[in-house]
Amino acid sequence: MSRVLVILPAFNEEASVANVLQEVRAVLPEADRIVVNDCSLDRTSDVARRAGAMVLDLPVNLGIGGAMQTGYRFAAEKGYDFALQVDADGQHDPKEIPLLLNPVLEGKADIVIGSRYLSETGYRSPVMRRIGSWVFSLAVSAIVGKRITDTTSGFRAANQRVIRFYAERYPQDYPEVEAVVMLHRAGLKFMEVPVQMQPRVGGDSSISSLKAVYYMIKVPLAIFIGLFRAGKVGHPPDDPSMGEQP
Amino acid sequence: MNSLIKILSGGLGFKVQLVAILGSLLLLGIILGLVRNRRLREEHALLWLLTGIILLVLSLVRPLLDILSRWMGIYYPPAALFLIGFGFTLLILMHFSVLVSDLAERNKRLAQEIALLKRELEEIKKKLS
Repeated sequence: MSRVLVILPAFNEEASVANVLQEVRAVLPEADRIVVNDCSLDRTSDVARRAGAMVLDLPVNLGIGGAMQTGYRFAAEKGYDFALQVDADGQHDPKEIPLLLNPVLEGKADIVIGSRYLSETGYRSPVMRRIGSWVFSLAVSAIVGKRITDTTSGFRAANQRVIRFYAERYPQDYPEVEAVVMLHRAGLKFMEVPVQMQPRVGGDSSISSLKAVYYMIKVPLAIFIGLFRAGKVGHPPDDPSMGEQP
Repeated sequence: MNSLIKILSGGLGFKVQLVAILGSLLLLGIILGLVRNRRLREEHALLWLLTGIILLVLSLVRPLLDILSRWMGIYYPPAALFLIGFGFTLLILMHFSVLVSDLAERNKRLAQEIALLKRELEEIKKKLS
């Protein structure tokens, strides 16, 4: 029996996190659930504990990248075979977890990304967001030589190779796009499956209007630099020295 | 004595030279003071000290500055002094940007480690009670 960990990074998600946790348990009763509380100002941590999840409380706000990586480090340390990342804000439907998890369980890919745009779904994101997503997916598709439609999706399932890789390095802010390119450079296989995205139950999107400008500059720059980054990204995830750091 | 000053200064712009010498001495003094009080670590002070020493030497030995500025095509030698000072300032800033990035990465690691350890501790406490 392989062990599965569901990672839910959360920042001020007290309104939605309990609900998401419950749904996850209904879908995957055998999986462990861990909420990475990114120094929330509300009662996210308490609510998550009461809902029966494990909680990692970060002492300072690290942003989504740092929080997500904390989850992957936990997964690596505890030797989980598979990890799922699900947003705690209710955007991702836990009922669709099997769609993501099964291809990874069957070894079809190292990481599976839930895509909003792969099929005609009811999801309509704001126009600017759609354009941005489209530009990024074109760029990333060109880099990795494979069609990828939703580079910004945070709904993902990963195997142990990816867990160990992400535990060591994960991009800092707005990490989703970069994280895909990094995996490609490390020779890991990914695939997309179509998912629905729901309107948010609570909290704010991590991308607000002013931050969007920063996003549009930072992410392409990070990808561009990442392409020329020597050694650091490229070395194989099976390297035994990567597991535990001294 | 007069001829010595003339050789050192190249016989030009004594006031500018004086300001430059005092300026570099002040810079060196402040850095050494900070290092002495342990408010600046030696390894971080190295670039600063190098900058101060080079500026001091160039403002003391005017013929050297003259040669350098002619070599760079600068007609007004004190401008070369500014340029060199500016170059070193940029270098120091870059050095600190690298240090800040490194610190941020370490800081992130530590925060993550604390979160993991805190949970571990909670688990142990629960088992004990």
